[in-house]
Amino acid sequence: MRQVLYALVPTVVLHVVFFGPGLLIQIVLGVATALLAEAAALRLRGKPLPPFLLDGSAIITAVLLALCLPPLAPWWLIVSGVAFAILLAKHLFGGLGANPFNPAMVGYAVLLVSFPMRLLQWLPPNVAGIELADLSAMETLTTILTGAPPARFTWDAITSPTPLDALRTNLSLGMTMGEAHASAMFSAFGGKGWEWINLATLAGGIWLLALRIIRWHIPVAMLSALFVCASIMAAADPGAYAGPLFHLTSGASMLGAFFIATDPVSAATSDRGRLIYGAGIGVLTYVIRTWGGYPDGVAFAVLIMNLAVPLIDRYTIPRIYGHAR
Amino acid sequence: MATSRVRGGLRLNAHKERSTEHALRPATAVESLVLPLDQHAGAPAVPLVKRGDRVLRGQPLAGPGGAISAWLHSPVSGTISAIEPRPAPHRLGAPALSIVVSNDGRDERHAAPSPTGFEQMAPEQLRDAIDRGGIVGLGGAVFPTAAKLRSAAAATSLRLLLNGAECEPYISCDDMLMRERARDIVFGARVLLHALAAQSCVIAIEDDTVQAAASLEAALSEAHDERIRLRRVASIYPAGGEKQLITTIFGVEVPHDGLPANVGVACLNVGTAAAVAQWIRDAQPLTRRIVTVTGDGVREQRNLEVPLGTSLGALIYDCGGYTGRMARLIMGGSMMGQALPHDDMPVIKATNCVIAASAVDLQPRGPEMPCIRCGNCSVACPAMLLPQQLHWYAQARDLAALETHGLMDCIECGCCDYVCPSQIPLVERFRDMKPALAAQLAARTAADAARARFDARTGRLERIESERSAVLARKRQELAKKSS
Amino acid sequence: MLPALLTMVGLAAAAGLAAALAARRPAADEQRLVDEIDALLPQTQCGRCTFSGCRPYAAALARGEADINQCPPGGDATAAALARLLGREPQPVDPRFGLVPAQPAVAWIDESACIGCVKCIQACPVDAIVGASRFMHTVIAAQCTGCELCIPPCPVDCIVMRPAQA
Repeated sequence: MRQVLYALVPTVVLHVVFFGPGLLIQIVLGVATALLAEAAALRLRGKPLPPFLLDGSAIITAVLLALCLPPLAPWWLIVSGVAFAILLAKHLFGGLGANPFNPAMVGYAVLLVSFPMRLLQWLPPNVAGIELADLSAMETLTTILTGAPPARFTWDAITSPTPLDALRTNLSLGMTMGEAHASAMFSAFGGKGWEWINLATLAGGIWLLALRIIRWHIPVAMLSALFVCASIMAAADPGAYAGPLFHLTSGASMLGAFFIATDPVSAATSDRGRLIYGAGIGVLTYVIRTWGGYPDGVAFAVLIMNLAVPLIDRYTIPRIYGHAR
Repeated sequence: MATSRVRGGLRLNAHKERSTEHALRPATAVESLVLPLDQHAGAPAVPLVKRGDRVLRGQPLAGPGGAISAWLHSPVSGTISAIEPRPAPHRLGAPALSIVVSNDGRDERHAAPSPTGFEQMAPEQLRDAIDRGGIVGLGGAVFPTAAKLRSAAAATSLRLLLNGAECEPYISCDDMLMRERARDIVFGARVLLHALAAQSCVIAIEDDTVQAAASLEAALSEAHDERIRLRRVASIYPAGGEKQLITTIFGVEVPHDGLPANVGVACLNVGTAAAVAQWIRDAQPLTRRIVTVTGDGVREQRNLEVPLGTSLGALIYDCGGYTGRMARLIMGGSMMGQALPHDDMPVIKATNCVIAASAVDLQPRGPEMPCIRCGNCSVACPAMLLPQQLHWYAQARDLAALETHGLMDCIECGCCDYVCPSQIPLVERFRDMKPALAAQLAARTAADAARARFDARTGRLERIESERSAVLARKRQELAKKSS
Repeated sequence: MLPALLTMVGLAAAAGLAAALAARRPAADEQRLVDEIDALLPQTQCGRCTFSGCRPYAAALARGEADINQCPPGGDATAAALARLLGREPQPVDPRFGLVPAQPAVAWIDESACIGCVKCIQACPVDAIVGASRFMHTVIAAQCTGCELCIPPCPVDCIVMRPAQA
């Protein structure tokens, strides 16, 4: 599990470069909550604290959730999300190895459904050509801890939608893809800032593949399915549907493919099952992003496919040596 | 349906360098030998001698106790000092009825039957002759060789496979046998080819046993028998598992409910072939075998030729005794071996290796954590199972699911155990559940038999009843005709 | 609001209809159902279920004329398996039909007392007793299902149940 955290370092670094130090504070809050919640749950269940407490699973849940939340989100957002993820999505189902749903995604889904406006308040990326409100590190900290922006700003002045969010809004306003893409936050194929973060995540994911910590089936299946769906729709109507490269480099595509969907506990069991599972997540991500009610579909796609895992497992038992099929 | 390449498996550190440094030598003679009567698969042997009898080396001490059983011969000349239960290694120290021979040191041999040229014998006669040598599978399964040959010979176009792919770490007895007694193996191959009426033989070895390969090549070119070939397989554990080796060499899979004979293969260990040679050619029945003594807990790591019945303690003493680091005594290799509670147990036909393990040899096991379904185990499994699912259902004692997921197909090789990041003792769990599942499957077979008998009886009674009514009806008709 | 409501109701109705259809069995498969039920029964052929054998009980279950808790030799495991197959509420075995045997048992004839009357041979539903009139009778233990039907007919009470050998 430590290797997974190391592999997330490039993502975190680039995230801070483009969106400021807010993420680091969210991570600190999230990890602290995760360890406290995990310790409390282990104590209540009568399990020994070592080796469970520092096995890394709770920390990863916290870091992944922190990466999904806006950098300036108030402290109680990450705290409640992580607490929900650890206590209800993980320990209530039996703890490590027994959760049918991805705990980080359950936490995110709960927050998204309960506080939708808060989760859409992202920051503009720190790139040339975009005007952003310059918060100092101290101001970032106070914003997070108090839930209110510094006196000289309003929320509208600081925040900005993500590329996925902006695209969806613009398309619903009747713009074509070309017009929507003309905004300063978009670059050649993706959203500025986000494409680099996704590439960094891809690098981390390839690192994990090389170390054989994850296997290729889920990431390749998910990204291929997303690519194919986006290609088909964009070829049919390029004005109304974003292209495959945009989808692969925006939102949580790479994070989902290599770090979220690959959570082995909630994923399918056999290789063939994992291909179906990954492909299902890819398709659902595209569907939710394009026609669903939320800008990014990875979280719900993962949760829906988690539901389907027992069915997938039942029908993808691999052939055993010496049996006909 | 079949794959020609075995999936899974592990590349392991062989740990065989120390034990193969020295040439083979005979073990030092001991005063008392303990021979368990059930040291082979099948029915235990039945004693032919009693306490106080004088016996000679090579004399039969016990005869077959059933259709699948084996002869047992005396390794030394001496006296039968007892026939009583003694701690046995294949029962992990629990007692087994054993013949105890006290060695008189004179090594007087039993008058051997004059060897008839085996090629003049009919295959069936040759199989019977092999039976009387007490030969059993020396690869570890100790299945009576004659019974195996008899059941395999029924198949047509049989291919002989001699298994020299000694894949488990620490064990090197077959390697030494192939280096020093290659001629015996080749002779044994020729005898077995005749006994099976088979046309071809492959001797399989791992690709890292260079000296053994050279030795076998020399013996093969000397024998000028084109039916016998040498093939190398990648040294991946468990390349020498019978099913895995058959698939690697011949590209067919042994059906789960069948035997190698069903795919036209008879697979025997190279040690078994050498034992057959020594019996058929030299009239020496199976009374000795090569045993690897290894591990950081013994002074001298080497292979010896050991008379059956020698105590493991005496064997270790023969190799310089224990070092101060000795922690655990293991019979077998490092993957599938079993720990023994003490060393006052005899070498039996199944004893291929004894590891006097120290902390250096034993990998410490961390605390058992829950399964995180990482799938490393299913990647490593050579039987193509899903050990994580077997573990899940074993915890739930869900026999139906265990059957669907192939618990009985597990060969207990230990690959899954080895790669599990949560340190779960998977093979132990599976071993725990197999008897319950086997009992359920046996109950199902018995129920099917009972159903057949019930249906047959019901049919018989109905038939008798309908015949009776037909006879009565005819009689009534005749009466009616007569009276009219 | 209304379209959303109609969509949800429509989806729920469609899912419910699909589930109900999937749970039905076509009438022509009745024979296969009897076979499937019979495969779950232990084939003791003892008659404690009030039917004359396992197959008649299976047929009655298929027709809905019997309940799943009538088989003591099968125990609670068989009752649970029948409940799963037939989609009924699981129940433990009803003690009115007999006690679930603690361990498998087979019949054993005390040959010193046997008078060779063949009454037990006629009673055995699986022909597991060998013998003939005025010849010694003996139970083939491997074939005995433990149904105990041979015990009442014996006029000299020379048959007892013994634990089966593993």
